[in-house]
Amino acid sequence: MSAAAAGELRHWRFARDGDGLEWLTLDRAGVSTNTLSAEVMEELRAVLARLAADPPRGLVIRSGKANGFIAGADIDEFGELKSVDDAIALVRRGWDIFEDLAAAPYPTLALVRGFCLGGGMELALACRYRIAVDEPSTRLGLPEVMLGIVPGWGGIKRLPRLVGAPAALDLLLTGRTVDARRARKLGIVDECVPPRIMENTARGLLLQQPPPRRLPLPLSLTLNPLLRPVIAASARKQVAARARREHYPAPYAILDIWVKHDGDPLAAAPSDPASIAHLLQSPTARNLIRVFKLQERLKAFGKDGESAIRHVHVVGAGTMGGDIAAWCALRGLTVTLQDQSAERLAPAIGRAAKLFAERLRDPLRARDAFDRLVPDVAGDGVARADVIIEAIFENLEAKQKLFVALEARAKPTALLATNTSSIPLEEIGATLPDPTRLIGLHFFNPVAKMMLVEIVVGRRTRGDLVPLAAAFARKIDKLPLPVKSAPGFLVNRILAPYLMEAMRCVDQGISPETVDEAALAFGMPVGPIELADSVGLDICLAVGTMLGGGAEPPKRLTERIAAGALGRKTGRGFYEWTGGKAVKRPPGVVPPGLAGRLIDPMLAEAEAALAQGIVADADLVDAGAIFGTGFAPFTGGPLHYVAARGGSGA
Amino acid sequence: MSAPVYVVDGTRTPFLKARNRPGPFAASDLAVQAGRALLSRMPFAPEQLDEVILGCASPSPDEVNIGRVVALRIGCGLKVPGWTVMRNCASGMQALDSALTNIRAGRSSLVLAGGVDALSRAPLLYSEKMVLWFAAFSAARTFGQKAGALLKLSPAAMLTPVIGIMKGLTDPVVGLMMGQTAENLAFRFGITRREMDAFAAESHRRVLAAQKAGHFDREIVPLYDKGGKLYPADDGVREDSTPENLAKLKPFFDRKYGNVTAGNSSQITDGAAWMVLASEAAVARHKLPVLGTIVDSEWAGLDPAEMGLGPVHAATPLLQRHALALGDVDAWEINEAFAAQVIACLQAWDSDDYCRSALGLPGALGRIDPARLNVDGGAIALGHPVGASGARIVLHLLNVLQRTKGRRGIAAICIGGGQGGAMLVERANA
Repeated sequence: MSAAAAGELRHWRFARDGDGLEWLTLDRAGVSTNTLSAEVMEELRAVLARLAADPPRGLVIRSGKANGFIAGADIDEFGELKSVDDAIALVRRGWDIFEDLAAAPYPTLALVRGFCLGGGMELALACRYRIAVDEPSTRLGLPEVMLGIVPGWGGIKRLPRLVGAPAALDLLLTGRTVDARRARKLGIVDECVPPRIMENTARGLLLQQPPPRRLPLPLSLTLNPLLRPVIAASARKQVAARARREHYPAPYAILDIWVKHDGDPLAAAPSDPASIAHLLQSPTARNLIRVFKLQERLKAFGKDGESAIRHVHVVGAGTMGGDIAAWCALRGLTVTLQDQSAERLAPAIGRAAKLFAERLRDPLRARDAFDRLVPDVAGDGVARADVIIEAIFENLEAKQKLFVALEARAKPTALLATNTSSIPLEEIGATLPDPTRLIGLHFFNPVAKMMLVEIVVGRRTRGDLVPLAAAFARKIDKLPLPVKSAPGFLVNRILAPYLMEAMRCVDQGISPETVDEAALAFGMPVGPIELADSVGLDICLAVGTMLGGGAEPPKRLTERIAAGALGRKTGRGFYEWTGGKAVKRPPGVVPPGLAGRLIDPMLAEAEAALAQGIVADADLVDAGAIFGTGFAPFTGGPLHYVAARGGSGA
Repeated sequence: MSAPVYVVDGTRTPFLKARNRPGPFAASDLAVQAGRALLSRMPFAPEQLDEVILGCASPSPDEVNIGRVVALRIGCGLKVPGWTVMRNCASGMQALDSALTNIRAGRSSLVLAGGVDALSRAPLLYSEKMVLWFAAFSAARTFGQKAGALLKLSPAAMLTPVIGIMKGLTDPVVGLMMGQTAENLAFRFGITRREMDAFAAESHRRVLAAQKAGHFDREIVPLYDKGGKLYPADDGVREDSTPENLAKLKPFFDRKYGNVTAGNSSQITDGAAWMVLASEAAVARHKLPVLGTIVDSEWAGLDPAEMGLGPVHAATPLLQRHALALGDVDAWEINEAFAAQVIACLQAWDSDDYCRSALGLPGALGRIDPARLNVDGGAIALGHPVGASGARIVLHLLNVLQRTKGRRGIAAICIGGGQGGAMLVERANA
């Protein structure tokens, strides 16, 4: 390769080694993360053309960026698509280039370190061999379905052939990612090796050229064209339980493309519901991409604050406090957890150990997390903590007293935060020597699943604490959302009228299953009655009362609470709960207008929250609703939904 | 006189009795839970320690150099060295002594030192016959050779493991179990079974009273296991250890006609104990509160067959060096390896004959007031996790002096193999 020819490439570097192997490195110019923009792809096409003329003994494709392999296609380019034809062109380019790569006459290998997602995964699949580097940051997957689109560059064709239909469809339809070891077990990659031998392994595979692994007979049968419809039908049923076709066309399109077109989305006629054209007509993909961007926006709140945070002190080892502590330890922080007695700490420690075992497959890492979570009845950790989170019971005097005691021992630079849902920040901080130090960090239940944290800014809260709190949220991989301190903040405020209205429907004789079905048909992931049971009926009553403006609480709610049936946590609420799941009878016919009756109060409240400046703009209202309540993501959020249907929330 | 070495504070885990199966915590887990809690109380960061020294008589094979393993796990960071010491039953006291030496030499100014053992996890070992069979099987290459080796496998050899703890508690030089050395002392000093059982019952009674009065509250850090279970207190102590009940037990070491039973011996136990030791400069630099100082220490050797008299041989030079009579010591901790052994020590000090012939003294030193000895009970009721005991008794001694406003105390321990160790401590601001 002449130096002049090499100089034409902005994003790729290549070099041939003494064994005749070509090492091709992607280091997209001007950005910190590798994504497959049009320019990157065209350059790849050019590189492959050159290599066709001067074939190497083998080709290694790797990333030149420390943060990962390739995160996927360039999502910003999706926003610039002006027509269906543009979209089809984008798909076709990627499809063709990766077909070229797959057809290379020399062996090819993808060396995957860090994230390898979407188009990046499809690039790796188009290579003959794949190596995953055995590190926790290595994750492989095809998350396109979560954006309402389909893997269009060969992923649907190649992944099932590699690992069999069941495993492939699971990854394709859920968008889940796997780590390096699981990828090896499934057969997605040929080797899972530590960094110290990753290059030797690449060299070894390309020079020795072991034959590709054959799928064992049962798995290879799943690729048989006659069996595909059967398998797809079963997969379709599973998808339908979580995502209805009218809301989320993408997973169904993936199945159709696999069954009818062997993974080539371009082979579908425009009238085919599985076609690109059809997918783009539904607003779902646009809205899900919008949701993805909202997520990026929330993440950006945490970028400016420094994270020299190493030690968190949590007071209160109940469900919230204990789980917050466990989560922080899981994410690598040292945590001291305080409560009134060792007996109150022990169950939280046990729950934490379970979380570590589930999330950290490696026993050494699970042990390290367990070591980092320090039971601390005496509160010795306060003096050393960078962040102090209060998560005791909702009692103003207790919190005031506690914060006065904490503030006296805390570092001057420590963040003092409360997880309160219902007590105004200004009141909690009233007795502090410096009330401007108090901020709210409002987590959601269950902490391990809910990504949103409301950063509650009181009237007196110092402004510079917000980026610090947001940076802390990012450090523990949560999505920070700054909200004004007002009753219900954002999420509970939007949720309360929806839950209350749902319970009033039950009061009026509609079965809980039918009420839930109305919301599920609208696109909520969980019905309001089931959600109320999950949150806890006592909490629902407290929040509902606080925000209800004096209205009488739903009769059935108070009756259930009086009977001690508080929901999932007591095994009974509106539903019976066994094994952590609600026992639901089949729903009745959903009366027309029921969904609107449930959703409209939520929409109205979202508009009211915006009007009162609870968050800075409408997009953030939508972000909070989606990530805090699970509001039907395919709608793009409540205010976006209202705007799209051209009216107000009423 | 050497520069003072301060004890800032200390913690220990509850001591958990071994019950026929591996206990819930490995030795390193015990040391981690107690150690990180102690460091939490300190105004300095763990990274500021100069070193970590941990005594341990039998770490598991996957805890090699347990001192370093634990130092890393409790967050001391990559740069703080950690090492492990072993002087059998006094390993914990040896750790303190090594810290003392390094601080006095100016090599360290802030040291975390202690001891741990999880005796319930002492391994079962393959007999030598089985080990040789494994070696031969591994060397066999062909199918025929392997088959031949399999035919030579002896089920009896496979099913009779060596019990590691029994090996560990047997002196390899004189071939006596520790309890048999106690029988030797009982014979020499005429100590009866009744006296042993009475002493043992008193140890339990004192521990129970101490638990009720909260005398262990400051030093014990509860243990939490992964199932959410809490271990808040020493669990070997029993309310029904009365002399009558203890009299029913059969002798354990010399079966049939011996006097030493499981009831009047220390228990086999899991536990850890730690202290932070500091130089004067470190105390000033970090503004550390202090419990007291370790003034002096002594190691002594004697006949392994009478190892239980180790405390006498180690403590006496301390008394002499500092011109102290027995009564000048406000509180004593003598590790209760066996009731007979502690009683023998007391009688040795009270014996003209013994003091002259064995210690080179002009005559008997006298009697130790029982009210000053092991005031909150000892290893008979609490258990003796070998590595931890030497550290526990020093820590508790300092806590006793704080409580009773005593001035000076001596902690002494007998050591399997025929040694004794002793430390002279003084309360802070005494």
